[in-house]
Amino acid sequence: MTTISDADLEARIADWRAFVERRQTISASDADELEGHLRDQIDDLRAAGLSAEEAFLVAVKRLGALDHLSLEFARDYSTQLWKQLVGSPSPAPERSSLGDRRLLVALALGAGAGLAAKIPSLFSDVVSENSLIIFYLHNISFLVLPFMTAYFAWRRRLPARMLAVLAAAYVVAIVTVNLTPFDITGDGSTFVLTAIHLPVVMWLLIGLAYTAVGWNSSRARMDFIRFSGEWFIYYVLIALGGGVLCGLTIAVFSAVGAEEAAAEAIVTWVLPLGAAGATLVATWLVEAKQSVVENMAPVLTKIFTPLFTVLLLVFLVTLAWQPPVDVEREFLIIFDLLLLVVLALFLYSLSARDPQRPVGLFDRLQLVLLVAALAIDLYVLIAMVSRIGAFGFSANKIASLGLNIILLSNLAWSAVLLTGFLRGRRPITALEQWQTDYLPVYLVWAAIVALVFPLVL
Amino acid sequence: MRLGKDLVAAVATPLVLSILAEGESYGYAISKRVTELSGGELEWDDGMLYPLLHRLERLGHVDAAWSVAETGRKRKHYTITEQGLAFLAEQRQQWEVVVRTLKKVWHDEGPTEGERR
Repeated sequence: MTTISDADLEARIADWRAFVERRQTISASDADELEGHLRDQIDDLRAAGLSAEEAFLVAVKRLGALDHLSLEFARDYSTQLWKQLVGSPSPAPERSSLGDRRLLVALALGAGAGLAAKIPSLFSDVVSENSLIIFYLHNISFLVLPFMTAYFAWRRRLPARMLAVLAAAYVVAIVTVNLTPFDITGDGSTFVLTAIHLPVVMWLLIGLAYTAVGWNSSRARMDFIRFSGEWFIYYVLIALGGGVLCGLTIAVFSAVGAEEAAAEAIVTWVLPLGAAGATLVATWLVEAKQSVVENMAPVLTKIFTPLFTVLLLVFLVTLAWQPPVDVEREFLIIFDLLLLVVLALFLYSLSARDPQRPVGLFDRLQLVLLVAALAIDLYVLIAMVSRIGAFGFSANKIASLGLNIILLSNLAWSAVLLTGFLRGRRPITALEQWQTDYLPVYLVWAAIVALVFPLVL
Repeated sequence: MRLGKDLVAAVATPLVLSILAEGESYGYAISKRVTELSGGELEWDDGMLYPLLHRLERLGHVDAAWSVAETGRKRKHYTITEQGLAFLAEQRQQWEVVVRTLKKVWHDEGPTEGERR
């Protein structure tokens, strides 16, 4: 056996490390740890009398096959498993045809969603425009979202029992919404509330299809939360691009004096078909091009978390200076929105957080954000409750108050858990668990507002 | 003796936690301790230890911190947490039942083919 010098040994270790780092699931700090292990092992083996080369070979062998190892690392962060599948050095040819099939199915379902969204408007000769608008406000999620549900039902090969549950939920929702006599002539508040809350219910049902048999697992639910955020980003990007496309089309056709015809075509065909079809395209993109958004999402939360924290802190100071003002119902809705944004920022940075990363400045900043949001909301809530005491309840007030309390409870307990994590008393998984356990609360509340409120209020 | 994959996966968690319950340690030292405890009879790929340690860290059963060893090498040290100790106690009870049961059934059956020869 030839012997090699220490410099050669170093070079081999460097090669080995480069090889390890090429595995996408193994991070630099994982590689540090493995390299430390390898060097310790080599030292021991050499002390036992092996040559540098022998020691290197034995030590590498003992660490085990890298394919196996990187898969094991990926399993640890189950969400990164796709990297292993996508980034594997020898992509199997049949896999790419599978990818094509997914795209084809997504496009077909997207076309279906577009047509389903479009067809009712073709009856504009038969029914009045008003009743058409009313129909759309309540049924748009029934027209479009089943196609997304169907995509995941196909992708996850849902068992018959889950399909039955989903179908039953759809039927109950469709029947209830369309048979409930809504009072549109009055303030129409329950009508609007149903229109707002129904998509939430239907979206969470997609979550059932997405998580499939793992619907009860915290990880799978977190994946769905991540999916929702990434889907939203993709959808907004597609919408922006679509907006540019439509604007340019009209501009170009105005050169030949046909801008009205172009605008007409866009509004009646391109827009509805595109908006509905894009839901499926975005769904496909999230899965197929995950690495693109996965890098973007943490950056977005990193930018907006500090900005929102500053906004909230400044507002808090203003509140302290100003005498208590009358808080109107519309304000409560604004603060509901604020809490929603804070929750979204928090959830999203949580879902994108590397579970191995130690407590950092950003985690502390998140606590400041949560506490500031809680302080403001508590102030508003107290003002609001006293007003409701004076003026009585309405459907809108109960809906916005209920949402506020739900969000407030979530964020308050999140702040407690986050404090525990910052102090090293609780693992970050406790927060994940809490957030994913909370998902059914939204489903139940949205379903109550959308389906029960119109019947009882 | 080389253990099956599933058995390694099942044994590794209580074993690593028990070693950490003896005091803080790092990857290589843990794998040496495993060899020592089993008299070299228990073999697995050393690399597999790290995904496991990271999983335990994420679950809050162990804490980890980087430090620099006297050799100048960076090392990640692991310490068992209160929660990890509680989890280990639970695992231990389960394993004791398993070991007791297996011993009993093997004892009742008498010596195996190989032992008789």
